[in-house]
Amino acid sequence: MKTMSFIQAADDALAQAMAEDPRIVVFGEDIPLLRRDLLVRFGPKRVMGTPISESAFLGAGVAAAMAGLRPVVEMYMVDFLGVCWDALLNHASKIEAFSGGKWTAPVVVRAPCGGGYGDGGQHEQSLWGMLAHIPGLTVIVPSTPADAGGLMIAALKHDGPVIILEHKLLSETWLEFLGSGARETVQFDIPAEGTKGEVPQKWDPLPIGEAVIRRTGSDVTIVSLGLSVHRALEAAKTLETERISAGVLDLRTISPLDKTAICKEVGKTGRLLVVDEDYEAFGLSGELSAIVLEAGLTCKYARVCTQTTIPYSRHLEDQTLPNVQRICASVRQLMK
Amino acid sequence: MSPDLWSLYSLMLKSRLFEEATAKLWQEGLISGEMHLGTGEEAIIAGVVSHLKDGDAMALDHRGTAAMLMRGIDPVPLLREFLGHKDGLCGGIGGHMHLFSKEHLAASSGIVGSEGPTAAGFALAAQCLRPGAIAVAFFGDGAMNQGMLMESMNLASVWKLPVLFVCKDDGWGITTKSESSTGGDLNERARGLGVQAVDIDGCDVLKMWESAGMAIEGIRSGQGPIFLHARCVHFEGHFLGFQPIRIVRDPFKEMPKVAIGLTKSILRLDGASLRERITGLKNVMASVITTLRDPRRDPSNDPITRVRVTLQSDPAKLKELEDQMEKDINNVLTTVLGEVPS
Repeated sequence: MKTMSFIQAADDALAQAMAEDPRIVVFGEDIPLLRRDLLVRFGPKRVMGTPISESAFLGAGVAAAMAGLRPVVEMYMVDFLGVCWDALLNHASKIEAFSGGKWTAPVVVRAPCGGGYGDGGQHEQSLWGMLAHIPGLTVIVPSTPADAGGLMIAALKHDGPVIILEHKLLSETWLEFLGSGARETVQFDIPAEGTKGEVPQKWDPLPIGEAVIRRTGSDVTIVSLGLSVHRALEAAKTLETERISAGVLDLRTISPLDKTAICKEVGKTGRLLVVDEDYEAFGLSGELSAIVLEAGLTCKYARVCTQTTIPYSRHLEDQTLPNVQRICASVRQLMK
Repeated sequence: MSPDLWSLYSLMLKSRLFEEATAKLWQEGLISGEMHLGTGEEAIIAGVVSHLKDGDAMALDHRGTAAMLMRGIDPVPLLREFLGHKDGLCGGIGGHMHLFSKEHLAASSGIVGSEGPTAAGFALAAQCLRPGAIAVAFFGDGAMNQGMLMESMNLASVWKLPVLFVCKDDGWGITTKSESSTGGDLNERARGLGVQAVDIDGCDVLKMWESAGMAIEGIRSGQGPIFLHARCVHFEGHFLGFQPIRIVRDPFKEMPKVAIGLTKSILRLDGASLRERITGLKNVMASVITTLRDPRRDPSNDPITRVRVTLQSDPAKLKELEDQMEKDINNVLTTVLGEVPS
């Protein structure tokens, strides 16, 4: 059995794809240091550092994809997409429709996301709801090393723009770079199953838009993604001691959404709890309620999301981001 | 107008001691996340901020502690903010990258380059509401490649906005050497947008004070924005725990972590030609080797050491000032750490 860390898996899959497809190039800020292994293996013509000019290099990545390359454009953090939103909002997402389906921009945007290490509200957002809101963008949020690698391969084979969001708490590299700075005096609530795990000998693409059941349960269906999947699994263990059987469905991709799996699971339990680290209003959690209603399902519904700007203070941050206590409390409420 | 070197030194020393204390608290794990210190750029901040008056505004980057302190923000709530306390400057919500003081018209951001639009807006409000007041934008040289900063310089130029654009140029953008990511000449860039550019040694507080003073006087009189290009060093690199500096300081601990991956990358079957791979390896090593020879490590670039040499002409006064400052900062620490609110 082969095991890898989350980032190792994503990078390993990317390396496998780069060895097979010379059109794949990687660029972003500080990439020569951050992806130094890829730089050495594939050379400086395919792995490049950029100026701090997100509008320029993401916009260029979109057009380079239109003209035949397969760029992987790295953002330092998903929050910084705010600087270059236009490239995704008005360009990458629109090319296929505007060209009557004749032209696409197969660019992969890779960005760390999420909080839990005390960096404050401009560096810890999730924002996948905002991205998935735009027709034409594929949005992937893996929760395990195997998914990070398999979905990376899928993204690189996909004929359109894909955004892969990698939670910083699942990545020891990002956590060391941004969270601890190699200090041993700070602690993070890191889920072991998400940060290191079994991976295949050779990477095959995982289907985009297919959710996976992480835990079966007959009383309530917890639908989640990314880091929160692990929070939900931990909560489900606690709830089991209270004789509540909670299932956990990991969406893996938010756009497209696996509506079939969602409705199937919720149909069985009649209770839906959405655990979403992204903002609560106008996002994934509301979308999921619409999906089950549109399917004609009757169910009890609740959500555990981020409601405010993420506080810098670690203990306020813990209360703001979805946590096990809030998940358990919501499930208990649903069971009443 | 002649500078009071003693008060400039006092501002710089206060900031240095405060930030050194901050670094210790960060090492002890009492401060979370990233921590960007302004150690090394104190002369730039002191030289500019000491000319500011009521009604002037500041747009700060992720490295805004020194400017906040020198502008007169109480160090106790400032440090409490870093610790995430409820009675911190921003209620523990902002942290060191997002410092705000409405009464000082001082706003920070962790988004590189955003100081440009913020300063332009502050300046527009000054132009309409507080004639004679100005706005200062502090940013690094990496920000000069951000569209929004260039757009703001152009806007300030055509609207003759009272903005002082201060580029704290340490030659690096995070782990990337600026010469590999910045084309052309920054002063020419500013001039190309119709903004007057002044190049200055940002480690020399006297020169900084004089240049900033002249620039601010002109801006107050309505002549439009000025770009102050000040060179400096950052002793701790981009932030505390900065990887290239860690490698240089403790190679035996840090290099193995890096070397395994690099060796594998040289040996893996598929990939670029060996020549390309060696070029790649040289690129990676260059950032470490550059750090080894880095001016950041040269004490003669410390703006505090430089100004102190002059002040040593009066050793008794110097000692008194330094003792007092140390006492003040220790008092701040005692207050902050002594009464931890629930």
